[in-house]
Amino acid sequence: MARKDTVNALIRRGVSAKVSEALANANFKIGDLKKAPFELITQFISEEDAEELLKLIGAKKTHIDKEQLKAASKKKAPKKETKKKDKEIKPRMDFKMPDKVPKMTDFEKKISTMAIKLGTPLPLALVQKVAAKVKPLDEKEMKIFIEEIVAIYNRRLIDSNESAGIVSAQSIGEPGTQMTMRTFHYAGVAEINVTLGLPRLIEVVDARRTPSTPMMTVYLKDHVKHDLDKVKMVASNIERTQLIDVATVETDIENMQVIVKLDQKKLAEKNIKIDEIKSSLEKERKLKSDVLVEGKKMLVIKTEEASFRKLQQIFEIVRDCKIKGIEGINRAVIRMSDDGYIIYTEGSNLAKMPEIEEVDPSRTTTNSITEIYTVLGVEAGRNAVIKEAGATLDEQGLTVDKRHIMLVADIMTNDGDVKAIGRHGISGRKSSVLARAAFEITSAHLLKAGLIGEVDALDGVAENIIVGQPVTVGTGAVNLVYSPKKRRNK
Amino acid sequence: MMASRPKRGVSKRIQYIKFAHISPEEIRKMSAVKVITADTYDDDGFPIEMGLMDPHLGVIEPGLRCRTCGARVEDCPGHFGHIDLAMPVIHVGFIKDIKRLLQSTCRSCGRILLTEKQMEEEEELRFMLGSLGGDTTDFDHLMKRTAKDASVRTVCPHCDAEQLKITLDKPTTFREEGHKLTPKEVRERLERIPDEDLMPMGLNHKVSRPEWMILTALPVPPVTVRPSITLESGERSEDDLTHKLVDVLRINQRLRENRDAGAPQLIVEDLWELLQYHITTYFDNQTSGIPPARHRSGRPLKTLVQRLKGKEGRFRSNLSGKRVNFSARTVISPDPVLSINEVGIPIKASRELTIPIRVNQFNIDIVKELTSRGIAPVGPHGEYLPGVNYLIRVDGRRIKITDRNAELVSEGIEIGQTIERQLVDGDIVLFNRQPSLHRMSMMAHKVRVMPHKTFRFNLCVCPPYNADFDGDEMNVHVLQSPEAIAEGRILMLVQENILSPRFGGPVIGGIHDNITGAFKLTHNNPLLNKADTSMILSKANIYDWPEPTIVDGKEMWSGKDIFSIALPDGLNLIYKSSICQQCDDCKEMNCDIDAYVMVKDGQLLAGTIDEKSVGAFKGKILDKVSRDYGADAGRIFLETSSKMALAAIMITGFSTSIDDEDIPEEAKIQILEQLRQAIEKVGGYVEAYREGTLEAMPGRSLEETLEVEAMRILGKARDGAGQIAGRYLGLENSAVIMAKSGARGSMLNLSQMAGCIGQQAVRGERISRGYHHRTLPHFHKYDLGADAKGFVTSSYKVGLAPTEYFFHSMGGREGLVDTAVRTSRSGYMQRRLINALEDLKVVNDSTVRNTANTIIQFKFGEDGIDPSRSVQGEAVDIDDTLLKVFGDKRFKNIAKELKAAGGE
Repeated sequence: MARKDTVNALIRRGVSAKVSEALANANFKIGDLKKAPFELITQFISEEDAEELLKLIGAKKTHIDKEQLKAASKKKAPKKETKKKDKEIKPRMDFKMPDKVPKMTDFEKKISTMAIKLGTPLPLALVQKVAAKVKPLDEKEMKIFIEEIVAIYNRRLIDSNESAGIVSAQSIGEPGTQMTMRTFHYAGVAEINVTLGLPRLIEVVDARRTPSTPMMTVYLKDHVKHDLDKVKMVASNIERTQLIDVATVETDIENMQVIVKLDQKKLAEKNIKIDEIKSSLEKERKLKSDVLVEGKKMLVIKTEEASFRKLQQIFEIVRDCKIKGIEGINRAVIRMSDDGYIIYTEGSNLAKMPEIEEVDPSRTTTNSITEIYTVLGVEAGRNAVIKEAGATLDEQGLTVDKRHIMLVADIMTNDGDVKAIGRHGISGRKSSVLARAAFEITSAHLLKAGLIGEVDALDGVAENIIVGQPVTVGTGAVNLVYSPKKRRNK
Repeated sequence: MMASRPKRGVSKRIQYIKFAHISPEEIRKMSAVKVITADTYDDDGFPIEMGLMDPHLGVIEPGLRCRTCGARVEDCPGHFGHIDLAMPVIHVGFIKDIKRLLQSTCRSCGRILLTEKQMEEEEELRFMLGSLGGDTTDFDHLMKRTAKDASVRTVCPHCDAEQLKITLDKPTTFREEGHKLTPKEVRERLERIPDEDLMPMGLNHKVSRPEWMILTALPVPPVTVRPSITLESGERSEDDLTHKLVDVLRINQRLRENRDAGAPQLIVEDLWELLQYHITTYFDNQTSGIPPARHRSGRPLKTLVQRLKGKEGRFRSNLSGKRVNFSARTVISPDPVLSINEVGIPIKASRELTIPIRVNQFNIDIVKELTSRGIAPVGPHGEYLPGVNYLIRVDGRRIKITDRNAELVSEGIEIGQTIERQLVDGDIVLFNRQPSLHRMSMMAHKVRVMPHKTFRFNLCVCPPYNADFDGDEMNVHVLQSPEAIAEGRILMLVQENILSPRFGGPVIGGIHDNITGAFKLTHNNPLLNKADTSMILSKANIYDWPEPTIVDGKEMWSGKDIFSIALPDGLNLIYKSSICQQCDDCKEMNCDIDAYVMVKDGQLLAGTIDEKSVGAFKGKILDKVSRDYGADAGRIFLETSSKMALAAIMITGFSTSIDDEDIPEEAKIQILEQLRQAIEKVGGYVEAYREGTLEAMPGRSLEETLEVEAMRILGKARDGAGQIAGRYLGLENSAVIMAKSGARGSMLNLSQMAGCIGQQAVRGERISRGYHHRTLPHFHKYDLGADAKGFVTSSYKVGLAPTEYFFHSMGGREGLVDTAVRTSRSGYMQRRLINALEDLKVVNDSTVRNTANTIIQFKFGEDGIDPSRSVQGEAVDIDDTLLKVFGDKRFKNIAKELKAAGGE
């Protein structure tokens, strides 16, 4: 925030945005700038800019004597160090780059090359499926068989000019009418509510920033996942624990103090020590009073001034004090699976997960598409859309071909981020004015188009329907011209 | 894109449409008349010159000629007029843009409040954005950022003038540090902005000058845009726009008079504001901050923006969707005798719907014959014959054919003319039922002209249309051009759509009696005598009899043999039918309930034919036949098998009634006992909860735990009751046959009728709302037991107790509300999906691209397979292909070898 304020303040004084950004990045404040020696400033911006800047902020040009230089370098040096340290503290995840395309076995390669020789490279998935079934065939049989497969594959290719988008949209939209509206359902884990059915599908397609019921599936590393005690510990580390969860908090009006009575059983369960509580209470910024430990299970916080309002404030701060866990994760539930224990969480914070040592970050996932996109990138975001939309439809017992969902995911993620289907996303960014006007907010689009002199090239479907000419997809994309040959005799 | 000279046969296209603003000069230039009087018609009913209905503005009455272009009603598009405004007025649509311009330009020199350097930076960014393919939204964001940069500056970098803060008083008043800016002042400021400073502000000076956003002349739309109607009483009723323009003219006139007379500033300003109000509402009558202008009756006027906007607006209801000719709509009814690609059209409709036929040397005699018969010809037995409704001459004139002039017209028919012929059997029409959720909601059918007044079609086509016959109506569209007819025949005909692109399975298929019939024909392979067999075969139009089975010296035919006639030769299939009980150890061919279906070389060797074989969505045979043997083979299979099934069901007849749900006394006692135990168990939990001995489930409160447990126990009890009832309901029971074969209903429905209805739920929980701490006054407060929270122990057959009935209605109501909400929500989702994806197509290099030619996918679905040609999503069914290529024996060997190899 402070940085932004500085930038704004500088711009208001007439400094160009570029210069102000550079200065703010160098951690200058307006006050610093006025005092700062010229050389220090020119380290970050050009001399001309600096001169202008000084003029604009009304500061005198001061030069450094040696002492100041020293001080400055000192001032700067530790900063650099801390930055370095930050980097060191943050454990750089050594992600193993997964082989996105699993390597073909020799047998698969053989099949693949046979198909290529026939003029049609087959998709890997098909090659693998074929390979799994044709081992016993001899050379000659194999050739006949691959020929047949290639022929069938070619026959089943989609036609050129097929309006694939409309078909996909219909294929996803049509079953929408058959879905349930019921928001909550239990998905696998009885304790965690998850939005399902039509509301969830709409949520996915809308690319909402946060899903209405965020949830994570946390997988654990091999050495932990079979050890229930360790898993429990991880779970309690993930789960956000407030003081109220492990203690009763009371106000003692007589002595004007807040008394925290700890529940030993719960503390042991969550593996929290009294010191940890004390330190996390002390970390609480708003809480300025001292925290006194009395005995093994009592903490006392005294007010500085005798006011009930203050007491109430302290009470609230203490009650809500976070003593453990990760922001956003309200509950963690452990479930046994074929592959050891898995932790399911209510609430989601994927970015923090790799920081926990026991967690297997390569498999841990969330149902928040935006979170996957911000942490892992667009391709992961695309896969998340496919996975979530597919799972929602599947759960309702509706079969929709994966290709349709892929197309929706691909258009949502086409230009590098996850865009919603709708007026704020794809539909609002169409190149055609008429298509946009026909969708929503008609008048605004038309007025705006005049302002910048937009040109509608009439390439799309909606525009062409509006002006009354054949559309550019399907049979409308082609023209058949028949020029009869003149008969020779006659 | 297109060459300037269109090729023969290639349709001409509009290359592009450019949007721009119109300048006051241009408004005056294109104006046919300057409107000055607010009156429309004089006492004799003639339009007043220089009034709003001036004849120069176009014609709306037939017979008259336009004063401007001289054309008649059909040809004159109307002409614009204009009103010269006494004082300039702000255009509401651009209020935000005006505000931005005022705030980011200098109040004295008009330059943009950016330094040269900032301008350069901006230009660089703008250039970069353009080269990176930014769209209008991106430029919008950049422009907003620039405007913000400019508006924070308090001193002009060009002329050092101090800038004052400009605020907008919604909707149309600007203030500078509290001092009001008149539109005139605003216009003066906007005029000062130089062209080269407009680009950063998001304006293209070539098409739009900012001062044009302050109106000095108002275009008056042609009368064709705002036609007045004459009521029966002879009274004229004017269009909303005309009303609004009258208001504008009146105030404009008064304003001019007052200003010219040197009236006090206050009065002039008031009138000016009033003019602003009228012009604002003339553009948009829903501007926030001002009351909408109303009609005398109190109805808000529909002005320009309202005409365009929303579902009923011009764009969505007249431009994106259009009303059409050559269409018909009526109630639908079933006809199992029709082919699945036929549709029965009532004679009355057939006489109205026509197909144009161009007369040439080969058909001229036939055409003459058709025409001479008049408009309602009938055959010797009173049967329908097609007539001709219109003759279209080469010059485009239409001649209506009547019984009187038929002979005469027919003699004069020449080559090159066109006649419009009434429908005959075999014509291609489109058939549609709303909501059109997928492409199978509109399919091409062949016409069958029939008596009576409903559209009729085969029941197998109900699923894709989602039609039933409780009063549904459907539409027919007659294809007109030969291209359209060819496309209809090749792409849209019903059989071409048997396989759905949604999941690569059939959407058209047997329902209800078709399935029951097939079940009865094939289950446990009944033997039929000659009479029954011949009945079945004749219904299906089959004349080749299968080999008879000799039983006790009599010729008999087995059901499976009869059904096999419908199967194409060489068909091989193995699967389990709907009635399969999914035993752990499948006995395959020796299945106790005949659920293991085996088809070999087009012969049904074992198994029952039911929903999994011929049903819509699930039918495996249907699936395979239509994919491997072609769409027409699929159609023939479906027709033959469904006709045979219907014949088979007619041999014994099939009905269900309330006694199908009869269960013996002992079963009733068992069910009651089970329910009693469950209720008691719930009671136990409630007690435990009261006493505090109930253990909470992890992560749940005590109340929640109790609810979960109660739901679980009662759910189990209902299932238990159903199972007991099911034990006494065997396959000899019609209702059970329907449920098990997938024809209609489910075992759950049956168990609710015979056993127990079960827990009623609202929002997935037991019913809890109503009175204070109780659901109904029949119970004690805080009663958490089964019956007090909506558990219905009765069966539908026994009938519900009053309290149960009430709970049941609550559950039922939720279902109804749910459906209503769902249709609207999913409808909107689909509209958005379609809008986002409509422009995507597969291009010749197999990539999927949008209209901006951006590649969305390199290959559709990553493998380029058309889902409607896939086998449930798979590109190739490998087992099937192996079987096909190598035959049965080798296939089995391969499977064995593979197993052996896998075992090692």
